[in-house]
Amino acid sequence: MTAITNQIIHVLLAITVPPLLLGVVAKTKALFAGRVGPPLLQPYYDLIRLMQKGSVFSTTTTWVFRAGPVVALVTAALAALLVPLTADSAPLSFTGDLILLAYLFGLGRFFTALAALDTGSSFEGMGAAREVTFSCLAEPAFFMGLLVLVKLSGSLQLSVMLGSTLAAHWPTAGASLALVLISWFIVLLAENSRIPFDDPNTHLELTMIHEVMVLDHSGPAYGMILYGAALKLFVFGTLIVRLALPWETGTLAADWLIFGGGILGVAVLIGIVESSMARLRLTHVPILLVAACLLSAFGIVLLVR
Amino acid sequence: MVDLETNEIYLLILYPLAVAGAAFVFPSNRWRPWFVPVGAFGHLVLVASAVFQWPLAFQSTGAAGATALGGWLELDVLCKVVLGFLSVLFFLCSLYLPGYLAARAERPNRVFCANLLAVLAMMTLVTLSHHLGLMWVAMEATTLATGPLLYFNHNPRSLEATWKYLLIGSVGIALALFGSFFLAYASLKAGLESTLLFDQLIQSAPKLSAPWVHAAFVLLFIGYGTKMGLAPMHTWKPDAYGEAPGVVGTLLAGGVTSCAFLAILRVYQICRAGTDADFAREIMVFMGLLSMGFGAVFMVRQRDFKRMLAYSSVEHMGILVLGVGIGGMAAYGALLHLINNGLTKGVLFLSAGNIHRSYGSKLIGDVQGALKRLPLSGGLFLAGFLAITGSPPFGPFVSEFTILNGAVGGGHFVAAALFLLLLAIVFIGMGATVLPVVLGTPPAHSATNGFRDSFATGAPIVLFLALVLFLGVYVPHPLDSLLRDAATYLEVTR
Amino acid sequence: MSQYIDPLLIVALSLNFVALGVSRIRAVINAVAIQGMLLGFLPVLVHGQIRLRGMLLVAVTVLLKGIIIPRFLIHAMREANVQHEVKPVVNFMSSLLLGAVGTGLAMVFASTLPLAEEHAGTLFVPASLSTVWAGFLMLTTRKKAIMQVLGYLLLENGIFLFGLLLLEAMPFLVEIGVLLDLFTCVFVMGIIIHHINREFTSIGTEQLTSLRE
Repeated sequence: MTAITNQIIHVLLAITVPPLLLGVVAKTKALFAGRVGPPLLQPYYDLIRLMQKGSVFSTTTTWVFRAGPVVALVTAALAALLVPLTADSAPLSFTGDLILLAYLFGLGRFFTALAALDTGSSFEGMGAAREVTFSCLAEPAFFMGLLVLVKLSGSLQLSVMLGSTLAAHWPTAGASLALVLISWFIVLLAENSRIPFDDPNTHLELTMIHEVMVLDHSGPAYGMILYGAALKLFVFGTLIVRLALPWETGTLAADWLIFGGGILGVAVLIGIVESSMARLRLTHVPILLVAACLLSAFGIVLLVR
Repeated sequence: MVDLETNEIYLLILYPLAVAGAAFVFPSNRWRPWFVPVGAFGHLVLVASAVFQWPLAFQSTGAAGATALGGWLELDVLCKVVLGFLSVLFFLCSLYLPGYLAARAERPNRVFCANLLAVLAMMTLVTLSHHLGLMWVAMEATTLATGPLLYFNHNPRSLEATWKYLLIGSVGIALALFGSFFLAYASLKAGLESTLLFDQLIQSAPKLSAPWVHAAFVLLFIGYGTKMGLAPMHTWKPDAYGEAPGVVGTLLAGGVTSCAFLAILRVYQICRAGTDADFAREIMVFMGLLSMGFGAVFMVRQRDFKRMLAYSSVEHMGILVLGVGIGGMAAYGALLHLINNGLTKGVLFLSAGNIHRSYGSKLIGDVQGALKRLPLSGGLFLAGFLAITGSPPFGPFVSEFTILNGAVGGGHFVAAALFLLLLAIVFIGMGATVLPVVLGTPPAHSATNGFRDSFATGAPIVLFLALVLFLGVYVPHPLDSLLRDAATYLEVTR
Repeated sequence: MSQYIDPLLIVALSLNFVALGVSRIRAVINAVAIQGMLLGFLPVLVHGQIRLRGMLLVAVTVLLKGIIIPRFLIHAMREANVQHEVKPVVNFMSSLLLGAVGTGLAMVFASTLPLAEEHAGTLFVPASLSTVWAGFLMLTTRKKAIMQVLGYLLLENGIFLFGLLLLEAMPFLVEIGVLLDLFTCVFVMGIIIHHINREFTSIGTEQLTSLRE
């Protein structure tokens, strides 16, 4: 009974919470800058506004351009269904679903990049190239972190890896898990195009990475992209929260409150990081990603030592 | 009698320091250089009495000797050899010093003179130390004290040389400290009280944890080998020896390297006393040949004759280590070579210094016909070249031949063959640099600053050469027995 | 043995990578300083009850490594007007990877060195060896004199880390060794950098090539 309740709450939260995260990040950055900033629910208003507009499609584009946002949204939604928000709340779960998770994001990224290339504009192509390179480097870090969890839990199922057994491993393998946590946070920043990898607020196309790929979309398509990006942030944030706060209190309300607090905390943390750092030089970005890989690698080394 | 022994040991170290202090505060730049020979002579007398048991003396019971500071300082047989040699080397160098500094009267020599004596004191301390930690501290102190000496000329090139020397030397010293830590941990691991006292380590050597001792040997070898100038840690040597004044070069090449060699020997003895010395020996033979190889290769087509001397030093450090690595008679040869090499380097560096002074340049393009312009220095340089490359009747021939003998006798045919080959290469390479310098006529365009051979700058070098010649013809019996005792001390497990 | 030792050693190890991968000199100074302070505090955790002598060592080490030396280096940095290491001999990515390889090898090698019972299972030896390696790497591949000094300091940190194992057994040795080395490093090299700055216009040691073969 509680399992089904958990899953229903999971789906509801996955539908409603993601844009709030974007709002929290923006609010945190505004507070740091001494401004009042946009209202917390602004992303919702944006989405509603975008859904009511018409779309403009360039004549150089093909069906790929229309498919891009759809695939991005669908893959993000599926990923949201795979990752457990609390210990046993994932509606979809099977052995080996961690690979599916990684490659759902891969698929989404692939189609976004294709859609960008489809426009025939050089800015989009440049952004696509950068984005793909960085994701290339971030993926090993992500996988090695997953490997640590696999080794600890002995299972290839995300629900088990990030499930109730994780809390017991912190005292013994704390160093490894801490390293993976830091590494995954860096991957989160990279995959979601946050500072120090990409500035989401820049309006200069030459400096954009993710923003420039979606430059040509408009109306509902753009709304789908925005919402898909929010979902992606939500999923990565969930991974972090599950890793950092795996404890179960036994009561439904307390568990979900912990999760809620955790995910908002991750959003605030992203806001803090964005406010206190500048973007890295493009040539230095691979160094940071390689460092993240090394951190994960050491997590594994410490486990098998 | 115990009080006298202890006091004498302290005096060996404190006396040069006291003279250094006096030299530092003495106001006259012109007369200050004389403090150094005075200090050196006093030191020589003390050392002679300690080594040869003159009336001022005390008991010395074979391998173990007088001790002080609860066993931290001890005058054993190896110590006698090295300390005696150091004292003689320093004394002869100090005789050269007043003449040299008179020619460089424009430079303030306060720090120079004081540091020279401080270096003597610290080298004595290294030799006398029977506590590896104290030995390390003293080694570090010699590095620090020789830094300002290298920078005597105060120009960008000597600054570069000093920077490299201090940086690389400090890294070597740090690694040596690391190795000392490993050694202390080895006794901790064995359940004994962790110690760095040499005698205790020798006694407990068989029980020490082998992987730690091996790792410690490697680190200490690399660390102290850096100070010695073994390849591939020798990169500071060409710059340092190339830019240093001749006296400093002699002291570094003969003195500091011998101290570092002694440090390596101490660790080798601990390895030997433990379960297996073959590991240490193989490393030493390999590194010895490697250093000889580096020296040989870089000496060919060397255009700067002072840098050439540096590579010669690298080569001879390799010979020393090779000799000890082979063991037996070769170890005796290595110890004899320590003395011969140091004295010959004295001849070479000081005469090269004179030539440099006269021509104002160190490159073989500019320096030619030294025999005509400076017959004494040029002749001594030529004689030094013949000596260091192993020609009879000079000393190095005897010691190198002994090492070769030991190698062949011990069955190390490959090492012996390589040894001979590299010596030949060195002879050719060095000759290609030395002969143009010495023979021919001085080039028309060469500047001369009026520096001429004088008694003050020539006589000490002649004394050096005389000693080298003497040792080449006949090794006096006391020295011979001292060396034999030292070689046995090295080889025999306690 | 406190259970917080290993995570702290991991943090110290990660700082190695920060030092290797970053080009801003100020950031590297901070990393080495933080590592020094961390190591300075370790004795309190390693040896439960700590006597006055130990506390004194902790205080002096933290002060020296965390405050005095970084201040000194920042001052040297300002005087020489350098902010960045521009192009090291081995680029930053390769430095990171070499550091990682070295750390891996250090862990392998450390497993061949048996630890005494009271230290068994800790990461002291691998952390120490990999820090020494990282310091050595920085020392040999960086061109700016300050970066080379920082590499030396990193090497020192590594040696100090190992010395912590001997703190109870031979405190004298550890104290003397560390302090003497640090003084050597800072004052001698500081003076040399000062002189280099006077003789040359920048403290890039790639200028010091006049003595090349």
